[in-house]
Order: sequence, then C-alpha cells, then structure tokens
Amino acid sequence: MKKKTIRTVRAFAIELVIYAFLVVAYFFLVLHLLGQWLYQLEVQHRYVYAALAILLIMGQAVLLESVITFLIRLIRGRSE
Amino acid sequence: MFFPISGADISPIYLATVGFLIGILGGFFGVGGSFIAGPALRLAGLDWNFAVGTDLAHIVGKSVVAARRHRALGNVDLRLGSIMALGTIGGAEVGAQAIQMLKRAGNVNLVVSIVSIVVYVSIAIFMLWESRKTLRLEKGRAQRGLLKGEKSKKDHSAFGHVTRAIQKVKIWPMVALPTSGIAAISLWMILLVAFVGGLFSGFLGGGAGYIRMPSMVYVLGIPTHLAVGTDLFEIIISASYGTFSHAVKGNVDILIALVMHTGAVIGAQIGVIATQYFAGPKIRLAFVPLPLIGAAIVIYTMISGHKL
Repeated sequence: MKKKTIRTVRAFAIELVIYAFLVVAYFFLVLHLLGQWLYQLEVQHRYVYAALAILLIMGQAVLLESVITFLIRLIRGRSE
Repeated sequence: MFFPISGADISPIYLATVGFLIGILGGFFGVGGSFIAGPALRLAGLDWNFAVGTDLAHIVGKSVVAARRHRALGNVDLRLGSIMALGTIGGAEVGAQAIQMLKRAGNVNLVVSIVSIVVYVSIAIFMLWESRKTLRLEKGRAQRGLLKGEKSKKDHSAFGHVTRAIQKVKIWPMVALPTSGIAAISLWMILLVAFVGGLFSGFLGGGAGYIRMPSMVYVLGIPTHLAVGTDLFEIIISASYGTFSHAVKGNVDILIALVMHTGAVIGAQIGVIATQYFAGPKIRLAFVPLPLIGAAIVIYTMISGHKL
C-alpha cells in the first residue's frame, strides 16, 4: 500500500514538471501572440469579445484536461 | 507579464499558484473560491471591477474541468443542474439590482460587508454543528453495529428530518430526480434554493457555492458527492452568464483568467480525487473554515479601509 502511494506521488511529481514546461511554453507563445489581438477586440467589438472570452476559457479547460489525462496515462501506464 | 486589457502587470506564476489553490477547493468542495480569488487579484493590483469579472471567467474554466471529472465519477445530476441554472440566473439579476439600489443610496460597501460577514459566519457555525452531530450519530450507529455492511461513503445528515419535511411539500409540478435518489420534489423548492444561491451570487459576487452546496444537501436532500458535482455543473451555466454580462461592461481580462486557469486544472484534479477518500459529513466538516476565511478577509478590508 505504502509502495503504491510512493509510486503515485512520484508519477504526480513527474506530471507536474512536464505540465509546468508545457504551461510556460503556452504563456510565451499563445498568450503573448493573442494579447494585442484580444485587446483590440475588447476595445472595438465588446460583444464578440465577451462571447470569445467564454469560448476561450472553456476551450482551454477541455484542452488542458485532455493534456493532463494524456500525461496520466503515459506516466502511470509506464510505472504500473 | 503585462496584461493589456486591464493594464495590469502581474507575475503569471502568482496567478497560476492562486489558480492552483482555488482549483483544489473547487474540486473538493464544489465552490468557486471567489472569496479568495477576488482579494488575491486585488492584492496583485487589479481594480475590483476587473477582479470580480475576471474571477467569474476563471470560475467557468475551473468548473468545466471539475464538473467533467465529477461527471465521469457519476457525481452530476444533469436534470437538477439545468433546473437550478434557471433559478440562479433569476436570483443573480435580483442580487445585482439590489447592489445598484444600494450604490444609488451610497451605502453599498457597508451593507455588503456586514451581510457577507453574517452569512459566512452563520454557514460555518451551522455546518460545524451539523457535521459534528452527524459524525457522532454515525459513531453511535457503528458501535451498535447498525452500519455493518454499509459503505463508508454512505451519506447521513443530522438535518434529515427537515429535508424529509421539505420533500413532503407537494406543490405542482413535482419533479423526479432519479440520479439523486429523489422520487418526487416540488419544482418550486429547487428553483427557490437556486434563486437564493443566485441572489447571494449577484449580491456578494462569485459563484455562491458556499450557500448553494449546503442548501442542496440540507434542503433538497441531495447526497453530498452529487451536490458538489451538480453545483459545479450549474456554476458553468450561471458563471458563463455572469462572465458575458461583465465582459460587455468591460470588466473581464480574459488573459488573466486563462493564466490563472492553467494552475486550477492541476488543483481541481487533486480536489476531485480527494473527495473519493472522504465521507459526506467529513467533507462538510472540512468546508467549515472556508466561509470563516471569507469573513476574515471582509473584516480585514473593513478595518484597513479597502473598498469591498
């Protein structure tokens, strides 16, 4: 039981490190490029921006959850 | 990192860490964590209008992740969540109108502060009393051998007699909630609970899961695990509505919400998994400090002179 817990914690730590790298890359690439465009949209087309904001946050939620699920399968699948 | 929409300069690591902590709370308790997210954004230098609007957008993303997880575990009653969303949106509008009225009267900060302290402390005291009483009852039942063979996650409540009385109210139309194990309950009771939750959401900000989640358990009699999952599903709908409304008014910096959300994804995973290791009364007992933290932050803002 204890061995299993250690394995789970180790797998989670690896997931966290890989996830952190992916997120940092995401910050610099996607958000940096989107920033100015979203700002212009917010100033000029408020309703489009409002709808897009909801779609973006929901899309990111689904995308990141898929990344996490993939990482869990990849790492825990190998360790077990 | 500079965020052009709000004009704020905030560290993305700070935002992701705040998101991570709030993600754990959301996954475990089914609350949006707005009583921590709002002040945390304010602390980072964001104006209150952006803090409230951006937090709502972040809540949408966080709830999508946690609700999907809960759905996979069978913890979401879609029928109940859809009905409640209608009541919540109505209540949120009334709450927002009450804020506008207080704004015009010039005493919004004082009234909202006092109401929030009373509400947060009352919820904490009630949940502490109820969960401890339930745990004591369960201990007694276990000692007498009555719980033999029952699963450890079986949900009991010391408030069960009130729940049963409410379920006996037969005001047409009656609705069956098979996923929640309720044969028939008045539609108006569900809408009333949702409306009150929405009222607090519109009046005090955030998703108001701190009042909706306990109401679902004690008033409607929804098992705690289902209440957590369904509350998250319902928050997706009501917070999306709030986000749209605030974004149109220029109160949402979606880039900040997106960065915060990257941390919340990991936090929510931990929170959801943790619910599998605790029985309902223990989850409710662990919930007790959260409203007290909210009350402490409000008292701090009142003493320090910050605008709420």
